[in-house]
Parts: sequence; C-alpha cells; structure tokens
Amino acid sequence: MYDFSALYEATSVSHAVQLMQEHPDAVLIAGGSDVLIKLREGKLAGAELISIYKLDELREVTIDPDGALRIGPMTSFSHATKSPVLQQYMPVLGEAADTAGGPQLRNVGTVGGNICNGVTSADTASTEVAYDAVLEITGANGVRKLSIHDFYKGPGKVALEKGELLTAILIPKESYENCYGYYIKYAMRNAMDIATIGCSVNVVLSADKQTIQRARIAYGVAGPVPMRARTAEAALAGQPVGEGAIEIVGREVLNDVNPRTSWRASADFRKQIISETARRGLRAAIERAGGVF
Amino acid sequence: MEKKLVKCNINGKDVETYVDVRASLTDMLRNDYRLTSVKKGCEVGECGACNVIIDGECFNSCIYLAVWAEGKRIRTLEGLLGPGGELSDIQQAFVDEAAVQCGFCTPGFIMTAVEILETGKEYTRDELRKLLSGHLCRCTGYENILNAVEKTMKQRLGKA
Repeated sequence: MYDFSALYEATSVSHAVQLMQEHPDAVLIAGGSDVLIKLREGKLAGAELISIYKLDELREVTIDPDGALRIGPMTSFSHATKSPVLQQYMPVLGEAADTAGGPQLRNVGTVGGNICNGVTSADTASTEVAYDAVLEITGANGVRKLSIHDFYKGPGKVALEKGELLTAILIPKESYENCYGYYIKYAMRNAMDIATIGCSVNVVLSADKQTIQRARIAYGVAGPVPMRARTAEAALAGQPVGEGAIEIVGREVLNDVNPRTSWRASADFRKQIISETARRGLRAAIERAGGVF
Repeated sequence: MEKKLVKCNINGKDVETYVDVRASLTDMLRNDYRLTSVKKGCEVGECGACNVIIDGECFNSCIYLAVWAEGKRIRTLEGLLGPGGELSDIQQAFVDEAAVQCGFCTPGFIMTAVEILETGKEYTRDELRKLLSGHLCRCTGYENILNAVEKTMKQRLGKA
C-alpha cells in the first residue's frame, strides 16, 4: 500500500482543473514514476492525489495547423521514441527519451512529468530547452502559453500556479525546420541512472552545408535547472563547418555553465564533460545536417 | 479506506475485484489473484522483479496503481504455461541455459523477454542487452540470461 489519503481520478482536462480547485493541496500524478517513489520514501505521506493517468487525450503527438509539433504531456518516453511525427521532424527528442531510466520506466514515465518535476537532470528537458519549446498550460481561467525558458524557477520549482496543469509541449516550425539535433547523456551506468551531464545540440546549416547558420546548445545538470549555452551559440553563428567550430564550442560553453560538486561528480569533472559533450554533440549534429569535416 | 471496483483481463480471463485505492498493481496481483510470480523487490521501479505486461508493454507493477488496471489486459508469468502446465519455450530456455539461480528476478526477466520475442524482430546482442537493462540479477552475471533470450529469438525466427 502507498501512504496517501485520497485518490481523485480525472476523466478530462476540465475535470482535472476542477479537482485541483476542489483539492488545492492535492498532488498531481501522471505516470507515477516520481510521485509513487516519493510516497514509498515517505516524502508525501498522507497526501491527496489527483490522477491524470487516464487522460489519453494528452498522449498524442500531432502537428498543429501552423506547423508546430504538439506533444501531449502524457506521452510516455517510449511512445515519444516510437512517434512517427517525432521520428520525422525531431528524432533527437525520442533519442533523448530513450536514455531515461530503463525499458519499463520508459513505458510509464511521461515527457510532461519530466519537465513539471523541475529536475535539472531530466533527459528530455534539455532538448526542449534547446528547441525553444512553448508550453501550453491550462487552468481555471483558460489556456496560457509560456516559453520553456520562463518555466523553470529553481530546483524542483516550475511556473505552474495552483490549479494549473501542462496540456501541451509545442515545438514551433521555425525551431525544428531544417534543424538537426543530437543528445548525449553522460552517466555512470548505461541504464537506470541519472545523467551526470546531459547535452543537447542542434544546428541549421547554410544551403551549401559550409556554414553554421544557427546552433543551439542546452544542458542538464550544468546548473540548478536545464540551461542554454548562449555565449557558445553566439560564437558559433556564421562559423564555417570544420574543426575550428568544434574548438570554439568546447571552449565557449564553459562561460555559460555553473555546475556543482555533488556525490555523483565534482564540478571540475562536470566541466570537462560539459566541454567534451559539446564538442561531440556539435560534430554529430553537423554531420546529421549533411556537413562534412 | 475507499475501495474501488477494478475490472480487467488477467492472463486471458476477465476478472473484477474491489481493491483499496492505495494498492499497487503488485499488491492486487499477489493478494487478490495469488499471482506470486510477481515479486516484491525494490518497490521503487528499479529492479524489475514485479514486471508484468499491460496492453502489450512491460511495466513495473510496483509503481503502478491497481486502479489504473481498469480495462487493461495484463499478463504475468503464470499465463505462459500450456494447458497441461507445460513450460513455454522461453521458460525452458532459461532452464537449459542455466539462466536461473535463486529465481527471484526470473519472472520479471521472462516477461520482458516475451515482449521482445513477440515483436518478431531479430536483435543484436547489444540491442538485447539494452532491452533487458531494466532488470537486476545478483546471481547469474546476465550472460546466461542473454543466451536464453537470444537462443529463443533465433529459434522462433527459424535461425537456430
């Protein structure tokens, strides 16, 4: 038995919003791979739960009329990996999802939960930060949109107000079009481990594949929340494809990050991994975009 | 505590029972249906001993609410037995390859193997390693488990 005091099961998004208003202190549970484990550890003992597990309307990945990718937040990691839409337009997100936990966890954990828990090591978060995702948040007063850059408020804290839930992760067309990404997870084990560093890089090359038009780099665990490496991105824009760009990114990303020492790894070691994953990630993203070294 | 009626299909049979809403699926399968192949291991979704197949995908039943099973098709190791209690090919392969020692992880591993085998695809050894990576085994060192799954995969594909 889990130690919670009540379970309310939402049957629709509007029902979930209503339940959150009726039970303002209740904890939202999606796939359960965070909440049920916290309950086992006694951290949420006695809490009330609102389950949105049965909201299959939030489990789809589709394309909006304006071309934006609409990722339902209840999409499991494994369904993100298998999604034909993501495989065609943004395979890096499915690849990042495929590094989280292990196979069974990836069937239950959700991409929405992965950002709503506010954790810096979340394997899909850095890719969404790197693609300037827009979050659709639904509450009693309707729907609002928020850039993912304004979503993270601190470790474990996100910009969801009481009574609000995430109802879509949107990737604008100008963000994914002609854009090729690559994600590297550095961890101590190949499965069932939390990233020591996660690095997501994506590039748009010029038509002749000779020049980097736009590069975006985001990290997990390089700071308290997932973050972009803006100095490195600015330094890469307009650079010719080649070893010079790799040297630049390996050097410049260190101006953008703020890793800490924890029992998993020292800050100095993380800095080395941050630099090396940027170099390898940029090279792989450029090669995917058709660039040749 | 509130009890709720949960109707589902377990190993091909439609069943229903009232469960405490705080129960995990592991609790329901073991206590209400006596399906004790579903082991209580870590109970935090890390070891895979409680793994079952729900609507064709593997889940650690220890981090799954019993009430979420409403309307689902659930398969446990008990459902693999033939009508006369015969072992399935994958179970026999675990025996033949000495992939079982203490046996605690075995039902979970075998259900993941069932999901892998039912895709009908041929996987490399490295791919199998990744597909089986959600299970811990403290006895075998994994090699014999990989051998058993690989052997059954090849047999079913007619390549053994």
